[in-house]
Amino acid sequence: MTALTTPARPGHGTGLRPLPWRRMAWVTWRQHRIALAGVAALLGALALYLWFTGLQIHRDWTAAVACHPASSGACGALVGYFISDWQPAQMIAVVLQAVPALIGAFIGAPVLAREMETGTFRYAWTQGFGRSRWTLAKLVPLAVVMAAAAGAFSVLSSWYYQPFLAGRPSFGGSPVPLDAAVFDLRGVAFAAWTLAAFAIGALAGMLIRRVVPAIAATLAAYTGLALAAGLYLREHYMTPLLVKNANAPGSAWILSQQWYAKGGQPVSQSVLGQVLQQGAPQLGGGKGGIPQQDPTVNQYLVQHGYTLWTTYQPGSRFWPFQWIEGGWLLALSVLLIAATVWLVRRRAA
Amino acid sequence: MNMNIIETTGLGKRYGGTWALRECTLAIPPGHVAALVGPNGAGKTTLLNLAVGLAAPSAGAVTVLGGLAAGSPAALDGIAFVAQDAPLYKNLSAADMLHLTRNLNRRFDRSYAETRLAELGIPLSRKAGKLSGGQQAQLALTLALARRPRLLVLDEPVAMLDPVARHDFMAIVLTAMADDGVSIVLSSHVLAELERVADYLILLSRGRVQVAGEVDDLLASHRLLTGPAAVADRYTERPVVHVRRAETQAHLLVRAAADDPVPPGWEAHPVGLEELALAYLREPGAAALPGPVRGRHAEPSEVAK
Repeated sequence: MTALTTPARPGHGTGLRPLPWRRMAWVTWRQHRIALAGVAALLGALALYLWFTGLQIHRDWTAAVACHPASSGACGALVGYFISDWQPAQMIAVVLQAVPALIGAFIGAPVLAREMETGTFRYAWTQGFGRSRWTLAKLVPLAVVMAAAAGAFSVLSSWYYQPFLAGRPSFGGSPVPLDAAVFDLRGVAFAAWTLAAFAIGALAGMLIRRVVPAIAATLAAYTGLALAAGLYLREHYMTPLLVKNANAPGSAWILSQQWYAKGGQPVSQSVLGQVLQQGAPQLGGGKGGIPQQDPTVNQYLVQHGYTLWTTYQPGSRFWPFQWIEGGWLLALSVLLIAATVWLVRRRAA
Repeated sequence: MNMNIIETTGLGKRYGGTWALRECTLAIPPGHVAALVGPNGAGKTTLLNLAVGLAAPSAGAVTVLGGLAAGSPAALDGIAFVAQDAPLYKNLSAADMLHLTRNLNRRFDRSYAETRLAELGIPLSRKAGKLSGGQQAQLALTLALARRPRLLVLDEPVAMLDPVARHDFMAIVLTAMADDGVSIVLSSHVLAELERVADYLILLSRGRVQVAGEVDDLLASHRLLTGPAAVADRYTERPVVHVRRAETQAHLLVRAAADDPVPPGWEAHPVGLEELALAYLREPGAAALPGPVRGRHAEPSEVAK
């Protein structure tokens, strides 16, 4: 027991000081620089599009809001043009929503899956660096870089969507800040989702050990999680507010609405439709129900003793919601990466 | 002090419901080229994976380099492993692989590696994936040796190589052994190659150790007896490992020393390593009998027919 190089170490040399982390920096960079370049290209191309389109959106929006007097026909037409011109530009959200999923699938999943698939883990895990630290030294910097890139990108997408959000309610049809379509493209959520997608990919790669199935599994798992968050989880982050007779603020995210009769019992749409048809047929209504979000209809029903209760999340909760979502996604990502390292440790070749 | 390069006690590894290796007890002393021989599926790769820490035992224990836990940082530091088919990052150049290995290890003899690759005519700028099979094996071996390990573990290093590449590869292994005192453990089913290089033999069969010991001791304690086939079954003087019959004659591999008296009617010959290994491999049932190697002294197992 003399051949170990570290001096003053009798016995079994179990106290060998680990190799410094910085040794892995070059390794991680060299092995993943193409993937990093791919992410840079994807985000760069999208950023250019957002920037050039966003400049035009902001220019038209500035013109529309500067129009005076706002109630004039000309100003109304300007707003109308803005809406009809730029409504399609919001559709880029569909592409942006896919970005974290793509990063998770094409950057996160192959990190370990490729090693397992090609057998190179037998090389990597028998070097002096040690496999747990090797795994950490790959996953953590990549995860941080991906999240940072996504965070920087979401500053741009926040700016891009700002006119649509700020324009409510006069620019009808625009999203509210908490809408699933735009909520996770802005603030810290975009970076958090990217981080989570990367962590899902890394774990899927280690579990499945083959690149292509791991990519597919990552896309499926990420989509499932994103849908669950948007459809079920997010509305429960904070207790919703309740308001009477359609007095929710314009930026509110409406969760549910229900009409109640004088006695306090809920009234179905078809009953309301009949009430409307008999009392004020000019307002529409019928067996199928009543026109939604129509102030005149609502006013008529309120005057006739009905009460509309609306539960909603106010737009002012945007940042609390952002931090809640970012927080649990960060915790989830840490857990997933820890699970991945644990799998690497215990995996028998 | 325990200096065994690999030592196992009751070592077993189970994958799902099947034991790839079981009740493996052996001690490989340092300073040898130890050959791990056995048919496919005998557990060779499993044993090596356990020794280099890629796999964790299901039963028993394995220590390396004189008592270090397999896979511990100090063990990883002192052992270089070339897995089967020499896995390399195909998209990295030879120079990148050198740099990578240097970064991942405490010691790396860069000038040794570069000199060796130059001698082998492997361009540093060429991607590992573009090298021939022999060059890939040589690159992997060079990377392993440049780590200046105390133990070099090679899993089927020459299986994919043509005879010339095989010869060149083993020449480098033997040079490392002679020059730097690196202990070597290699698995192979190319018996002819082992005869030339190995001075320690471990025979695995069906997940168990059948034979283990220094080649010289093994050869000295086995003899090949040739005699009339008719009386072969009546030979009981010494334990018979294997009987090979050819028309009127029978060849018996027996456990007997060189100065052992030869029964009348029989002719004694020394046995070669390949012949010895083949005889044991043809008698896997012998592994079911008690006692491969228990001690440090590499006594061959008590095998009887």
